[in-house]
Amino acid sequence: MLSSVAERIYWAGRYLERTENTARLIRVYDSLLLDLPRGLNISWYNLIELNSAEDSFAERYRVQDERNVVKFLLSDEDNPISLQTSLKMVRENLRTTRDVFSPEVWELINELFYFGRDEVAQGQGRKLRYGFCEGIIRGCEQVNGQIAATTSRDAAWQFLELGRYIERADMTSRILDAGAVTLLESAELLGQVNLGQIVWGHVLGSLSAELAFRRRVRTRVSGPAVADFLLNDPHFPRTIRFCRERVADAIRILPRGKAVQAQLEVLAAVYYQVESIEDLGQPFRDYVNEVQIRIATLHRHIADTWFALG
Amino acid sequence: MTLDWKHYDSGGFFDELISSPGNARAPARRLASCLASLNDAEIESRRRMAEATIRQMGVTFTVYSEEGNIDRAWPFDIIPRTIAARQWRDVEAGLKQRLRALNRFIDDIYHDRRIIAAGIFPAEVLAQSKNLRPECQGVSPPFGVWANICGTDLVRDERGRFFVLEDNLRVPSGVAYMLENRAITKRVLPELFENEAILPVNDYPARLFDTLAALSPRKVRNPGIVVLTPGIYNSAYFEHAYLAQQMGVELVEGRDLVVDEDKVYMRTIAGLERVDVIYRRIDDLFLDPEVFQPDSVLGVPGLMRAWRAGQVAIANAPGAGVADDKVVYAYVPQMIEYYLGEKPLLPNVPTWLCSDPEQRAYVLAHLDELVVKPANESGGYGMLVGPHATKKERAEFAERIQADPRNYIAQPTLKLSVAPALVDGGRLEPRHLDLRPFVLQGEELYVTTGGLTRVAMRKGSLVVNSSQGGGSKDTWIVDTEAR
Repeated sequence: MLSSVAERIYWAGRYLERTENTARLIRVYDSLLLDLPRGLNISWYNLIELNSAEDSFAERYRVQDERNVVKFLLSDEDNPISLQTSLKMVRENLRTTRDVFSPEVWELINELFYFGRDEVAQGQGRKLRYGFCEGIIRGCEQVNGQIAATTSRDAAWQFLELGRYIERADMTSRILDAGAVTLLESAELLGQVNLGQIVWGHVLGSLSAELAFRRRVRTRVSGPAVADFLLNDPHFPRTIRFCRERVADAIRILPRGKAVQAQLEVLAAVYYQVESIEDLGQPFRDYVNEVQIRIATLHRHIADTWFALG
Repeated sequence: MTLDWKHYDSGGFFDELISSPGNARAPARRLASCLASLNDAEIESRRRMAEATIRQMGVTFTVYSEEGNIDRAWPFDIIPRTIAARQWRDVEAGLKQRLRALNRFIDDIYHDRRIIAAGIFPAEVLAQSKNLRPECQGVSPPFGVWANICGTDLVRDERGRFFVLEDNLRVPSGVAYMLENRAITKRVLPELFENEAILPVNDYPARLFDTLAALSPRKVRNPGIVVLTPGIYNSAYFEHAYLAQQMGVELVEGRDLVVDEDKVYMRTIAGLERVDVIYRRIDDLFLDPEVFQPDSVLGVPGLMRAWRAGQVAIANAPGAGVADDKVVYAYVPQMIEYYLGEKPLLPNVPTWLCSDPEQRAYVLAHLDELVVKPANESGGYGMLVGPHATKKERAEFAERIQADPRNYIAQPTLKLSVAPALVDGGRLEPRHLDLRPFVLQGEELYVTTGGLTRVAMRKGSLVVNSSQGGGSKDTWIVDTEAR
């Protein structure tokens, strides 16, 4: 496989995952904010922080309100992480690799792209927002399903998996961090309502993980249980561990994978067990931050090994 | 209301589908009655289905504009154009004959130039050719064939006779649209394919693959074949990707390739991999910055060395464009007789060469009735359609001809054939069209079943190029005897 094609497929995988994650985040925030008690200092702007997009947001908007945040994340074509931009990048990358995926994949991507572009106004207002996000998530799943059903498990597939799981691990870590910071910042309100349960319930919800969590952990939703599950569960497809293992699988199969193996072990070497509420303090945030840095380093190793032309 | 065939008027032109108002030609009979059985709403829903299919399949072409490149949906008319299979077989034979002669000519030009010595082709034409590549002198590509892929533009006159308008021997495009047009029509008018002997078109990619594979300098079971594209911003990028996908070969850009010791490799995730055959879709002058334009980043440094050394095959071969010149075109009938000893099966459109003083005088005196074309342009650019031009435009063109006579030829304004197209309001109106079949030559010769029909979508217009408001329709070769 051409290096340049591998790179585009990898990015198509990342952007497709990012598109879905953005829709998931907005969908869950809609619901979270309705459940929270008044006076709590949790706002839509958290989504900007979660995506480390404070600077590019500030360049475009002054007011950190729902309208601007949603606009920035959904439809802003100048924002490199907006849903619009992500969908466009999926399409552009797949367009240049049309010789790899089946025509049906391309058709679905096109449909999704036009849906995202033409219906994005629905996502602005609260009334239709849920439906819009659903449509995007469903469209992404359709694309993933079509790809899974019609793509050979050769190098193309492995690069798509690499992109998908690296992006996903990164997002799961960000969502965990957001959960932790929410509770740290509203410590004085803890106890007023069962705030922990609301926040961590939504953390699970943003990853469609409620059911898997309950079946696996068999306990009520609590910070430590959720965090430990999303970090270390080997079976649910959005946990950090699961993502890491899929990345490892892909790297094992690809030629010259040995060059990346070491960095993968570095990522696996950090382990954090969450047993009590105390474990979710600053050390937890530091740990999650470290995971993100190591994911970024892994990405660089992947790029150097397979994409570098020269 | 249904489509009104009785009041559809071909305006005195040869109509591809009907012989007189209300009377369909044999290969179009079922089509016409099927369309007549649909009411307005059904016709509209078929049209919409075609539009949705095009959008969904992502069939686009790129239009260059000042605001950047725009990807437009492929303009498509749902009413197919039909040709009887028996008639098509004659056209096919003529196309093969023509390409054989053209390839003999190109090979002759880059070797002994016997045709010039024989006094049949004037040396001056060559001396001023923009597409003659001295770098190719003495090279012998496989089978002596330089133009492996040719897109020949055919038109029909008021009597329905086929004429060759142009031989596109450089990087002709359109074949993917031919294939997609069929895919769209099968979805839009499925009932017709059940009962009608419409010959399939979809073996082209396999034929192209075989043609390319046979060119491999290494006799290996799986030669490395690539499609070389200038990239996503090229107007035919869709087609480059489409063909690579259909053939199961890599689509590469110049930066994916590297030449080492006269061998060509592509950069892959496992390291360098040998390339044996390049189906290039970039012009000669961008192929190799070491030999041609030094600032071009589209090509591959050293590619010409590798080709000359016989380590890689390039299709079409560099320099093949020497025969893709409207002045050279005028000599094709003589070439056929000279190289093949045969009578031409497909006639040329009568052509006046402005380089010849007598013919030039005629052209200048008859600008208002002629079409004048630059010898080396493609895409329908830079031409004058005399009867449709203003006096000022004609005067300006006369100056251009006098300044550079070798670069211009003139042809009569043909009464191009028409076919009914669906226009706004669900009515049928005649629109002019042409036909571009694709001819392959390598070890064997092959002609597509039909080709790409291009339609001038604007009323009365003769310009069919998609870059200038042209559209297209599916082309059916119908075996009326198989019914």
